[in-house]
Amino acid sequence: MEKGVLIFVEAQGANVSPMAGELLGAGKKLADVLGEELAAIIVGNQVASSPPEVIAWGAKKVYVVDDPILKDYQTDAYVSAMEQALGQIQPQVVLMGQTEIGRDLAPRLAFRLKTSVSMDCTELAIDPQTKLLLQSRPVYGGNARAVFTFSTKPQMATVRAKSMEPLAKDPSRQGETIPIKVDLKPAQIRTRLVKRVKEEVAGIKLEEARVIVACGRGMAGAEGFKQLDALARLFKGAVGASRPPVDNNWIPSSQQVGLTGKIVTPEVYIAVAISGSSQHMAGCSGAKTIVAVNKDPEANIFKEARFGVVGDWKQVLPAFIEKIKELTGS
Amino acid sequence: MNMIVCVKQVPDPEAPPASFKVDSATNKVIPPPGVKPVLSPFDEQAVEAALRIKDAKGGKVTVVSLGNNLVRDVVKKPLAMGADELVLLEDAAFEDSDSWSTAFALAMAIRKIGAFDLIFCGRQASDWDAGQVGSGIAEILGIPSVTIARKVTVADGKALVERVTSDGYEEVEVPFPALVTVSNELGEARYAALKGIMAAAKKQPIVWKPADIGVNPSEVGAAGRRTRLLKLFQPVKEGKCEIVAGENPADAAAKLALRLREAKVI
Ligand SMILES: Cc1cc2nc3c(=O)[nH]c(=O)nc-3n(C[C@H](O)[C@H](O)[C@H](O)COP(=O)(O)OP(=O)(O)OC[C@H]3O[C@@H](n4cnc5c(N)ncnc54)[C@H](O)[C@@H]3O)c2cc1C
Ligand SMILES: Nc1ncnc2c1ncn2[C@@H]1O[C@H](COP(=O)(O)O)[C@@H](O)[C@H]1O
Repeated sequence: MEKGVLIFVEAQGANVSPMAGELLGAGKKLADVLGEELAAIIVGNQVASSPPEVIAWGAKKVYVVDDPILKDYQTDAYVSAMEQALGQIQPQVVLMGQTEIGRDLAPRLAFRLKTSVSMDCTELAIDPQTKLLLQSRPVYGGNARAVFTFSTKPQMATVRAKSMEPLAKDPSRQGETIPIKVDLKPAQIRTRLVKRVKEEVAGIKLEEARVIVACGRGMAGAEGFKQLDALARLFKGAVGASRPPVDNNWIPSSQQVGLTGKIVTPEVYIAVAISGSSQHMAGCSGAKTIVAVNKDPEANIFKEARFGVVGDWKQVLPAFIEKIKELTGS
Repeated sequence: MNMIVCVKQVPDPEAPPASFKVDSATNKVIPPPGVKPVLSPFDEQAVEAALRIKDAKGGKVTVVSLGNNLVRDVVKKPLAMGADELVLLEDAAFEDSDSWSTAFALAMAIRKIGAFDLIFCGRQASDWDAGQVGSGIAEILGIPSVTIARKVTVADGKALVERVTSDGYEEVEVPFPALVTVSNELGEARYAALKGIMAAAKKQPIVWKPADIGVNPSEVGAAGRRTRLLKLFQPVKEGKCEIVAGENPADAAAKLALRLREAKVI
């Protein structure tokens, strides 16, 4: 019989991904309702120093799969490692992050295990009657929500960043670390990673910025960018974008906010010349305050924002920047 | 080069959010009147990825779409863009499929089509935003997959794929046969030229029923689902936006800054 909730914790060198806390927080609630154990699994190479943190976050057991073949994420290697490890652990629920790795690993692994996965969930619960996992996720680009369930095991879900509350770390929590041996051969890995290239813009990371100034298609070109950049600097914030600026190469894809870009939860999100499509809002609706600048009073962004100005950014931005400078004395 | 591209017909994801309606009794989306369905946007880019390889190296591009009551000029768009063949898995039995039953039927159809070097899918369909069917087809067929590509080139029996990562991209090499899912960073799909549209209008798609791909109707569509949809609903938004006005846009902008300071937002 499958038992327990297992969290896939992504190793980042000797550290773990910041999402681990959110996933363990979500997993703990489910495990408590089921009256079962919360465990974590870390897959990679030279990851052994990570577990203490994961135990402080609530995992009773931390399974570690450590192999030189797992140094970089490669689909074939990770799917096979997880398939073998899950065969030994036999969990009934497996949670992963909706991240670069989770997006690729979760579906392929679910098909390998002849079970299913619900991607990008923002709410998880246990059905009181059936004890099955209820997976709630935005669909149709965020225009609707759906609740799914299935009975094949393990029940898998990926979780949207910043949608779950992390549990406070408690260093007095106890847990054990269990190495898991898997059999991986280089010949199993059919892809070859040639190189990894970073294209991030300099400065504060989008996910960590307290203020984000984001531009949309209506900014039409690089000139407006200078102004946005100046505004972002005033707030020590970052510049984000909707998809069209990325498609037009005005800004690297690492700065895209939305369903298929980054999920951000800054204090302030200033959306300039962005219409507020559901796919864009999927990435920023968790911002504490949204401010919109748009020349179209009917734009959907005004249904999502807390404050707004109707007008052309070419007139609005310079005056706004001047006033902010005056108010902040910079 | 033999290439296969999977494309899905979906309600237009760029239709105004206000036109989006759900029938909560049936857990189904009510198609907005007068808004024509489209090909899921990433799937058009998957077609584009295949056509770019065809332009460079020659070859054949076969497009496959699964559904029921598919609108002919929607699903024929890849033909108009330059694809060679269109196979429709079209039957009531294919309705309401989930990621599993879709991937299974598409994989069986691809097996029937036969020899291929590369399969292309979109990174996710814009209706259910699942992002699973590509990886699922690859797993069922037992071939490697590379997801979320922004560039695909081929040489010496291999594809070189640039895949989008959270902070840039990585380059991955994969031998044929393989499956690649395509993201918007690939760039815009080409327009169909008039000549292509005329040729596509004359071309008849091949239509397959479950029996044609050697599967039982109970294995596909709603009957073949592994997941159950319990509920589909529209979240209520009670947003209220304070529009800051002024004598002119510049004045409004200055007042906005003041208002944000007053509300302790900045
Ligand atoms: C499956 C899927 C996934 C997607 N994922 C994402 C995603 O992750 N992120 C994302 O952003 N999009 C995503 N999209 C695209 C999304 O549907 C929209 O097309 C996109 O968000 C629109 O960007 P926009 O608001 O910048 O452009 P538009 O919708 O074209 O809006 C431009 C706005 O600028 C205003 N404007 C124009 N000129 C001016 C001016 N001079 N001054 C002031 N205002 C002006 C206009 O009034 C308009 O409201 C996705 C789409 C699909 C189908
Ligand atoms: N009904 C379908 N017909 C053809 N291709 C499909 C279908 N459903 C999904 N796909 C392909 O699989 C990709 C991912 O879909 P999904 O997993 O549903 O998000 C899509 O972008 C298509 O390329």
